Amino acid sequence: MQPNSERRKVIRDCVTLGAAVGASGLSFGAVSVAAGLSTLQACVLSLLVFSGGSQFALVGVLGAGGSAATGIAGASLLGSRNMLYAVRLATLLRVPRSRRVVAAQLTIDETTAMAITAPEGLGNTAFWVTGVTVFTTWNLATLLGALGAAVFDTNAIGLDAAVGAAFLALLVPQIRDWSGGRIAIAGALIAAAAVPVTPAGVPVILAALAIVPAVLRR
Amino acid sequence: MTWIAIFATAAACFALKLAGWSLPARLLERKRLQRAAALLPLVLLAALVVVQTFSAGRSIAVDARAAGLAAAGLAVLRRAPFIVVVAVAAATAALVRAAT
Repeated sequence: MQPNSERRKVIRDCVTLGAAVGASGLSFGAVSVAAGLSTLQACVLSLLVFSGGSQFALVGVLGAGGSAATGIAGASLLGSRNMLYAVRLATLLRVPRSRRVVAAQLTIDETTAMAITAPEGLGNTAFWVTGVTVFTTWNLATLLGALGAAVFDTNAIGLDAAVGAAFLALLVPQIRDWSGGRIAIAGALIAAAAVPVTPAGVPVILAALAIVPAVLRR
Repeated sequence: MTWIAIFATAAACFALKLAGWSLPARLLERKRLQRAAALLPLVLLAALVVVQTFSAGRSIAVDARAAGLAAAGLAVLRRAPFIVVVAVAAATAALVRAAT
């Protein structure tokens, strides 16, 4: 393929994927308002946190009446994978120091995936095009979703069920083998066991213990 | 309270991202740290699925949300896009509620 048409294809793929991912901000905005946040709070979360899993996790805890501390802890643990993505990207892409802060904010599942799978030499293009597309659509969609949810009776339209589904949709692509599946199930069981005996938010943090045996193994 | 949680979460999540870009790679390339960060999303997301679907305050409850999750599971297995999975779950739960 010609270098130029190859570049155009990468841009097209990244914009398509980015817009599709960003559109799920609709559900985040709606779920946030259903959980008791204001439209402004939902929008600030999408602008400043800009990491779907962490945002849904925080809103879930706050909506269930959990403490701020457990919400922050759960969201941060979930956000720790972005740090590893950044390590990988820092060795792969050439990003000048002045743009590091922006690149850091755009470091999420999708920008990393598109950048590391792009053809030789097009990683930078893939990262920035995906990042800018997701950032724009995710924030616009959050606003629209929050405004929409303020109009409808969110429980009647099943929005409370949407949160669990959102986490499931984020979880399944992360399970790559049997041991991953087993560890996920262990985490789910720990959380279920902890629900009746701990305050909201704590079951999720306790579930993190499920990784200990696998991490300590040589 | 909510605002504090929002800004603290934003600060923590951004600091993690920036650390990955700025710290020397060898510091973050330890095997155990890598393994922990790779496995954490699995257990946390699985736990969040359970908590969001089956908890009602401090008790376990199976209600319309479970039907929504089952429908979402089918949608995920058919590789439906994220927004479709979420919409299918919400619509299913709403239907179950309207019917019962």
